[in-house]
Amino acid sequence: MFARDHELHRRRWSRNLGVGLCLVSFVALMFGLTVVKVTGGDPMQGFDHVLRPELLPVEGSE
Amino acid sequence: MSETNANIQTYEPGFGDFFALMKPRVMSLVVFTALIGMLVAPVSVHPVEGLAAILFIAVGAGASGALNMWWDADIDAVMKRTANRPVPSGRLAPEDALAVGLALSGLSVTMLWLATNAAAAGLLAFTIFFYIAIYTIWLKRSTPQNIVIGGAAGAFPPMVGWVAATGNLALEPVLMFALIFLWTPPHFWALALFMKSDYHEADVPMLTVTHGRKSTRAHILAYSIALAALSGATALSALGGPVYVVAALILNMRLIYGSVVIWRRSETDAEEDGYRAEKRFFRFTLTYLFLLFTAFLVDEGLARMGIF
Repeated sequence: MFARDHELHRRRWSRNLGVGLCLVSFVALMFGLTVVKVTGGDPMQGFDHVLRPELLPVEGSE
Repeated sequence: MSETNANIQTYEPGFGDFFALMKPRVMSLVVFTALIGMLVAPVSVHPVEGLAAILFIAVGAGASGALNMWWDADIDAVMKRTANRPVPSGRLAPEDALAVGLALSGLSVTMLWLATNAAAAGLLAFTIFFYIAIYTIWLKRSTPQNIVIGGAAGAFPPMVGWVAATGNLALEPVLMFALIFLWTPPHFWALALFMKSDYHEADVPMLTVTHGRKSTRAHILAYSIALAALSGATALSALGGPVYVVAALILNMRLIYGSVVIWRRSETDAEEDGYRAEKRFFRFTLTYLFLLFTAFLVDEGLARMGIF
C-alpha cells in the first residue's frame, strides 16, 4: 500500500534504530559495570553450589 | 479531542518525539549539577560507575519530564511556550508519556541502586515523587509559590550525585541544593514577566497572575538578595576556594544589579523596550548557576593538584 520510503516507514525506522542503539549501549554499560564491580573487589558471593554458613539455622534457636 | 485522536492515528511518532518527552534541556542542567556534585565529593568514583550514575540520574530526570508532560498536557496545550511538546501537539498519546515515564522511573532508580548505593537510589526516587506528586499534581495549580516548591525538585541532582559517590549526606551537597533552590524562583519569575499572558491563559497561579507584576519584581529582588547571601556564605564552606570567591563576588554583583533594575522598572518601561532587562536577567541567571558550579569544580581540581 505504501511505497518503501514512505514517511511512515522512515519514522518507524528512526524509532527502531534509536531503541536498538539504546539497548546496545545499555548492554555495553552493564558489561562495563560488571567488570568494574567484580575486579574492584566489592563484597560478593558466588551463590551457586556453595554452602553459605549464614543460611544454616542457628543451633538451639528452634 | 477528536482532532488529537485523528493526528495520533495517522502520525507515526519517531524516536525524537519520545526523546523530547524527557525535556532534554532540563536534563542537561541535571547532568551538569549532578556531575559536579559527584566530582567534588571527597570519595573518588570509578569512571564507569560515575558514567552509569550520571546516566541513570539523567534518565530519572527524563522520566520526571515525561510524567510531567502526561499530567500537564492540558495546560501545555494552552501555553505558547509548551504547545509544541509531543503530547499537546498530538504526536504522542498521553498514555505513551505515562508509560515511558513510569518505565524509565523504575529503570533509573533500580539501576542507580545497582551501580552505586541504596541511599542515592532512594533520593532519586524521592526526587521523582516530589516533582510529580508534590509539584506537578498538587501544588503547581494551587499556589503561587509553585515555582519555589518546584525549585526544590530541580535542586536535588547535585545531592544525588554526591550521595552516589559517598553513600551519605554532608553540608556541602545541602549547600548546593540550597543554591539551586534559591536560584530557581528569580529565574522563572523573570521568564513569567516576559512570557506575559501564557500562564494567565492556562490558569496556572503564577505569582504574576495572583499577586501582580509589581509584586513579582519585588520577589525577584528578595530572592536574588537571599541567593547572593547564600552563595557568598558558601565561600566559607569546604566548597569555597579562591576561584569560587572571585566568581561569586563578580556574579553576585551582577545578580543584584540585574534584580534591582527589574525591581525599579515599571510595566510601561518594560513594554517599551520589549522586556529587554527581564530577558537579559533570565539568560544571566543561567550563566550565574553554570559559572558558580564550574567554580566548585575548578577549586576542587586545583586542591587535588595541590595548587591551593
